[in-house]
Amino acid sequence: MNNEASTTKSNHGAWLFLGGTIGFYGLVFLIDPDYAAGSFGHFVDMVKNILPILVLVFLLLWGFELIGGIKEKLGELSGHGSGLKGWLLAIGGGILSHGPIYPWYPLLQHLREQGTRPALLAAFLYARSIKLPWLPLMVHYFGLSYTLFLTVAIALFSIPHGWIVEWLADREGPR
Amino acid sequence: MTKAQLLASARKSLRGFGRLAPILVAVLLLASLLVDLVPRLIHMGILGHGTLADMLGADLIGSLATGQPIVSHLLAGELSKAGLDLYSITTFIVAWVTVGFIPMPAEAAALGWRFALWRNVTAFAFALLISGLTVTLLDWLS
Repeated sequence: MNNEASTTKSNHGAWLFLGGTIGFYGLVFLIDPDYAAGSFGHFVDMVKNILPILVLVFLLLWGFELIGGIKEKLGELSGHGSGLKGWLLAIGGGILSHGPIYPWYPLLQHLREQGTRPALLAAFLYARSIKLPWLPLMVHYFGLSYTLFLTVAIALFSIPHGWIVEWLADREGPR
Repeated sequence: MTKAQLLASARKSLRGFGRLAPILVAVLLLASLLVDLVPRLIHMGILGHGTLADMLGADLIGSLATGQPIVSHLLAGELSKAGLDLYSITTFIVAWVTVGFIPMPAEAAALGWRFALWRNVTAFAFALLISGLTVTLLDWLS
């Protein structure tokens, strides 16, 4: 099967998934219209929330396409020989990246295609759970020591998490 | 740089987004259905059956939940009022931000099913591990 046919097939699956989800939504609406209406309100809020980041990621990807070699460079920096630099890039990038995860997927997909280690992608996704702007709130609810311990633990554990995910995901060959 | 190059690059980037768009919309629709379900699950008394069982329950609910971390803090407050210990509350908070079973189809479309599945399963286990270590260390130091 050529790439185009494979892409078309996988995109049919994506549209079927969307159709099934809309059907399920319809079912929820028939059972509990108020619940479905409230959920749709949350959906609209989520879309509004991710739109600015989607635009930012699109501009980044567009920039990468225009300036040839940047994606390859990032791939190199986070490839199998990247060592400590790669881990620092993944964890630092994860902590600094903000907003919901959904808009970041296209960028991560590009990086994976450019040779970024799965371990570093997993570490990036794990470290993303540290939300710097929300830390003061966590301190308010749970105290400084708790916040500090938990934050450091998540940052440190993103490394073994990445290793394990890479080992498990690549055990039977790529993808 | 020519206008044609700009347009070609924009088209290529848009195509990547277009492939993910139906899955993103579907996942957001599913996630929005769960927003009001999590507090209901907590009030239904699914938790409150011993530390280990509660940690597992909190891990599961946190893994299915979605939304801003602030919501997890507020719900953690609810869990605390319901009498849950810090182990379960921490598991809930960590699972909320690290595990995403609902966004998994979108993650799989971008990074492959095997990666998405193992990443979430590992993060599920790590939520228990990290909460255990954090709370034990805090208890030990205080």
